[in-house]
Amino acid sequence: MSHSQPEPLLAVRGLRVHFPVRRGLLAKRQVGTVKAVDGIDFSLAAGETLGLVGESGSGKSTAGLAVLRLLDVTGGDVRFEGRDITALGRTEMRPLRRRMQMVYQDPFSSLNPRMKVADIVGEPLIVHGEAGSRGARRERVAELLDLVGLRPEMGRRYPHEFSGGQRQRIGIARALAVSPALVVCDEPVSALDVSIQAQVVNLFQDLQARLGLAYLFIAHDLAVVRHISDRIAVMYLGKIVELASREQLYRRPRHPYTRALLAAVPIPNPRLEAQRSHQALVGEIPSPLAPPPGCRFSTRCPMATDLCRTEEPPLRDLAVGHRAACHFAED
Amino acid sequence: MARTATKLLEVDGLAVRFHTDRGVVPAVDGVSFDVAEGETLAIVGESGSGKSVTAMSILRLIQRPAGEIAGGRVMFEGRDLLQLPERQMQEIRGDRIAMISQEPMSSLNPALTIGLQVGEPLNRHRGMPWPDALQVAGTMLRKVHIPGAASRVRAYPHEFSGGMRQRAMIAMALTCTPRLIIADEPTTALDVTVQAQILELLKQLTREAGSAMILITHDLGVVARYADRVCVMYAGRVVESGPALEIYEDPRHPYTMGLMASVPRLDDAGRQRLVPIEGQPPDLANMPPGCAFAPRCRFVTDRCRQERPALLSVGDQHMKACFADVAQPT
Repeated sequence: MSHSQPEPLLAVRGLRVHFPVRRGLLAKRQVGTVKAVDGIDFSLAAGETLGLVGESGSGKSTAGLAVLRLLDVTGGDVRFEGRDITALGRTEMRPLRRRMQMVYQDPFSSLNPRMKVADIVGEPLIVHGEAGSRGARRERVAELLDLVGLRPEMGRRYPHEFSGGQRQRIGIARALAVSPALVVCDEPVSALDVSIQAQVVNLFQDLQARLGLAYLFIAHDLAVVRHISDRIAVMYLGKIVELASREQLYRRPRHPYTRALLAAVPIPNPRLEAQRSHQALVGEIPSPLAPPPGCRFSTRCPMATDLCRTEEPPLRDLAVGHRAACHFAED
Repeated sequence: MARTATKLLEVDGLAVRFHTDRGVVPAVDGVSFDVAEGETLAIVGESGSGKSVTAMSILRLIQRPAGEIAGGRVMFEGRDLLQLPERQMQEIRGDRIAMISQEPMSSLNPALTIGLQVGEPLNRHRGMPWPDALQVAGTMLRKVHIPGAASRVRAYPHEFSGGMRQRAMIAMALTCTPRLIIADEPTTALDVTVQAQILELLKQLTREAGSAMILITHDLGVVARYADRVCVMYAGRVVESGPALEIYEDPRHPYTMGLMASVPRLDDAGRQRLVPIEGQPPDLANMPPGCAFAPRCRFVTDRCRQERPALLSVGDQHMKACFADVAQPT
């Protein structure tokens, strides 16, 4: 992965997504603002996988939706294939949607139960005017089903006839129908059993190798993210606190939150677990309605000082390709 | 079994079936295991393996008439729980055996204060007057690290975060110092840092109370961190059981081996290809005649397709239900 080369596929700068909180009879009175995503920068190269990890309330899913312009952006900008898409309207976005697709977490609620699988997978082709003749469409759908490891004749069935892992394959086939360059995957394997999860993780990797896809892979499972990502961004309460290559992040995490997160994940190895410290992080993630002043992690950080509670640390370079937002992270 | 520790619970040949519109589903089919005083046994399995149904059956919480316990014995402190009248069962639940479930919101009564619910087992089982029970409830909430415990006694469940509700559930389960705690995916709905807090708390408090625990989970990392022994379930049956270290380092059943190979792990360098278990778990309403894992097994033979393997000893305390003689290549 190079850093100074051509324009990345996706470049996000200062992205903010705020939601008004309203109360009252007709929800007319705004009583606060949830700063779900509050100024984040990252980029993604063609064919690359960026993992976006964080706990609930970190803003990772909101960031994914905002990148695809499925949510209104409050501030900052999103550039895709060299073009600023932050302010594009619906009609201007439509042709771009072929290039950027999404795979959702829940393979049970994201597929229309009344549609046959072939129609679900083929629908984007019609929406984007790529359908061609009926025969051509049928052929393309068969090819897509085959690509994700399903038999073409399965297209005649309905979603409820499939298991969770198979439904996730259907969702992936649908996302790939229009040959996207970027796929935002929001917790795509977390609803699946481990033996099935491995099948789908492998499928994501195979498809990337074959089609040169870039993934923004949003997940809370650090082991899965480590397995699949080239680079990883760790989010906490609307901010990126650390961004590094996979090796850098896991070998030498610089932000105390990243370290706590890694320590909290149990490893399937009893001998190793017996030696690890199980000192748990105290407290819970504060409400994004009222984030703490200064560093947002300061309320739970074991090394926080007065500086952390008053001054927000910027995301700064600590090594080539390794950035962290901590006053005390060492170079 | 050669273990000398006293057995607290012995489950033998447990069978549970559900009547559905697709026919009779044997959700649990001849499950046997035991739990010694003070130990933590993990029951691991994927969805549909029957691990939660097994847990519910121990406390006889299977909803009739859709579900029924069709056979087996559950020996606890010298009595078969499956034969007890419901009244006596009620005396055991929450007193001798307590349960912590995955969804604290569905186990807590939204209309009652947390204090009333945490103190209730003391009032009900020990006849403790309410003012005293509420006092103990406050102490228990402090023990599970609920901030401002004394005043939170009067709070309602909706005022608590997910992690705090799970803490309250733990407080409730431990009020009467039960001999056995059944924790059914107690942290699955929680974030990883909160999961770590809750599991550490559970470990510390069960140890203090000397209680045994059945930890039901699908997370092999959690098992490695907390379990003394492991029982692996697949399609309603136990396929392998043994000491945790042996199950991880010398798994003998192809399903256990497959599970271990299919999880991405934080301690390996990544990018090595995962080895999934191909295929899907069987339809419980339409089980293959022989071994339930046969359709997905790399070592399958004709015998596996026809005959169901029994759970047999393969070493001290280590058992498996498999005809093939397989061991992990090392």
